[in-house]
Amino acid sequence: MQKEYTVTVYTEDRIGITNRITVIFTRRGINITSLTTAETEIPGVYKFIITVMSEREKLEKVVGQIEKLIEIHRAFVHEEDEVVYQELALYKISTKSLHNGNIEKLIRDNNARILTITADYFVIEKTGHQQELIAMLKKLEPYGLIEYSKSGRVAIVKWSRRFHDHLKELAAKEADNFKAIS
Amino acid sequence: MQQKDVLPMKAKPVDEPTPVASAPLQPITGAEAVIRSLIAEGVETIFGYPGGAIMPIYDALYDFQDQVHHILVRHEQGATHAAQGYARTSGKVGVVFATSGPGATNLVTGLADAHMDSTPMVCITGQVAAALLGTDAFQETDVIGITMPITKWNIQVTRPEDIPGAIAKAFYIARNGRPGPVLVDITKNAQVAKCDFQYQKCEYIRSYRPVPALQEDQVEAAAALINSAKKPYILCGHGVLIANAEKELIALAEKAQIPIASTLLGLSAVPVDHPLYVGYLGMHGNYAPNIKTNECDVLIAVGMRFDDRITGDVSTYASQAKVLHIEIDAAEINKIIKADVAVHADAKAALQALLPKIQPQQHDEWLQGFKEADRMEEEKVTRHELYPTEGGLKMAEVIRLISEKTGGHAVLVTDVGQHQMIASRYYRFQDPNTNITSGGMGTMGFALPAAMGAKVGTPEKEVVAIIGDGCFQMTLQELGTIYQSEIGVKIVILNNNFLGMVRQWQQLFFDKRYSSTEMINPDFVQIAKGFYVPGRKVTDRAEISAAVDEMLQHKGAYLLEVVVEKEDNVFPMVPAGAPIANIRLE
Repeated sequence: MQKEYTVTVYTEDRIGITNRITVIFTRRGINITSLTTAETEIPGVYKFIITVMSEREKLEKVVGQIEKLIEIHRAFVHEEDEVVYQELALYKISTKSLHNGNIEKLIRDNNARILTITADYFVIEKTGHQQELIAMLKKLEPYGLIEYSKSGRVAIVKWSRRFHDHLKELAAKEADNFKAIS
Repeated sequence: MQQKDVLPMKAKPVDEPTPVASAPLQPITGAEAVIRSLIAEGVETIFGYPGGAIMPIYDALYDFQDQVHHILVRHEQGATHAAQGYARTSGKVGVVFATSGPGATNLVTGLADAHMDSTPMVCITGQVAAALLGTDAFQETDVIGITMPITKWNIQVTRPEDIPGAIAKAFYIARNGRPGPVLVDITKNAQVAKCDFQYQKCEYIRSYRPVPALQEDQVEAAAALINSAKKPYILCGHGVLIANAEKELIALAEKAQIPIASTLLGLSAVPVDHPLYVGYLGMHGNYAPNIKTNECDVLIAVGMRFDDRITGDVSTYASQAKVLHIEIDAAEINKIIKADVAVHADAKAALQALLPKIQPQQHDEWLQGFKEADRMEEEKVTRHELYPTEGGLKMAEVIRLISEKTGGHAVLVTDVGQHQMIASRYYRFQDPNTNITSGGMGTMGFALPAAMGAKVGTPEKEVVAIIGDGCFQMTLQELGTIYQSEIGVKIVILNNNFLGMVRQWQQLFFDKRYSSTEMINPDFVQIAKGFYVPGRKVTDRAEISAAVDEMLQHKGAYLLEVVVEKEDNVFPMVPAGAPIANIRLE
């Protein structure tokens, strides 16, 4: 059965690693719905957080192929209840709508906040799960939404302790971040 | 939550890397660093083709001709297949040089082939200067992007000081774990600029664990499964040869009297004459080994990956059996066939650990069943194929003669199609690593260049290439390499003036609509003569034995064209995607 899964991939810092990972999803015809990547607490080790709609069995095989790549430390498939996660959205609204009294209540009720205000527009930030961010989008549309931008998923794995201890041990070893830049 | 998810799997600390090779006192060019790095890796032979972006490396090679032998091929694809043949017979890493752009793209087929068939290879490509990267410069191509999915690893190097490290990693990755092809792309500026040279062999990459640690609980479970079996059955794959585990496999089979069948790439691991060897698996394999897959109670798959040409319809494949899968590549376990017990390990290590835990057994009745099934194949197929008395020459009788006259000790290099299946069925392999063929990719044109590499890798062996008329015309320009480099391969063209395997499918599944499969061929013997390779054409049964003798007795390269029956089919045959039970004998 198709479901949303979070895939985490721990990699060395190498040019082209994103390509190497995504091409494996492409081969199996799996669409990546979001992708976030950044350095972890261990210098030189990067974490990819990928969300996909797929079947567990298919995804396990994809993860197996990803783990075969030389610069990959490990890759995991997570069910929704195995991760604590957040996404972030920015909403750009016409400043004219500030005159509408409901916007303050909307921001308060949704734990959103205003990042900036100019004469033309203001920008609201909200974090949460995708459904919440989309619900907020729907509520803001009547106020003259100019632009909406949402991040990929940021996730913490509930059972990650031993693996991250292992990653810390890696920090003592030479990285394989062959960066051939002239 | 599964335990494997939390265990750190990949890290394996090892000793400090050992420094290798004496360092020159003066800074040297990146190009010279390439050659010195290869020498430090023990490279003796390179297959390649020069061009603009790799000229500095070729220039450096000029000073090292006494240490490294470069074989100038006629097309870069030929270099890759030659490197494959070299690697698969000699056990060393095959090395290829090519220039940027078209030189690099011509490597693609060979890289993909080596990737599918787990062949260790290091390809070094020249690249335009780093300053020109991404500008659509002359002969620039994104070879890193192109070869990403068909190499085990690839890297672009743009500074001379990075060359030794990149090459050290390339060799480490190519030859360790499940072997595969690696590509190192070196920009021209990195070849020309100077660096201090120091070479350290790579012995560890922190994100890569090539050989998994053998897990005792997996071995115990595997032993228990084998010991409980009434009808155990071993499938021997390429992994057995790669791990050099032929003796261990045979010892285990003998101890518990387990029949062994072989995959296409597993052929030659077990001598065909061994009493427990029951034959060759797959779409055109032997009858008994195929149907018995659906009768065994424990299927012991060693170093193989359940290719669709072996399983047919997966849902009906060995569904009655418990499956034990011994495999070094974790991604292969449960990929196609769910393993009841998996031993994630090198085949040799796993079999060595298993052997003392296996109880001696007898399975006479089970083994007898194979013989009975064999008799059916013998009556319906084999007899008529091997010993025909009328009609045109048959591929099988030619293979039988070559097998008899070489005692099964030649390195047999086959191309792709009917002749490949016939050769795999009827050559009686006696020694490991003597079957060189393109399995996973099924690359037509593989055999001639691969045979060159095989001969260079094992000059003491007789190397016989079995090639179809279609395949030969894909890479025949390598006759030029054979002549120039004096490579003594024997070339047998089994000519049916058809793309035989496609024609067979057209006959059986496309209503005999022979769309673009008939070939009007040139005079192959004349072509060989043009390349100063002597040859002979045979059309009569009466001549064939003497012609094979003449070929084998000839010193140096020789081409024998045998005109065979035009519309012969290869049987048995499991139609693509059908259950194995649907195997057809006629």
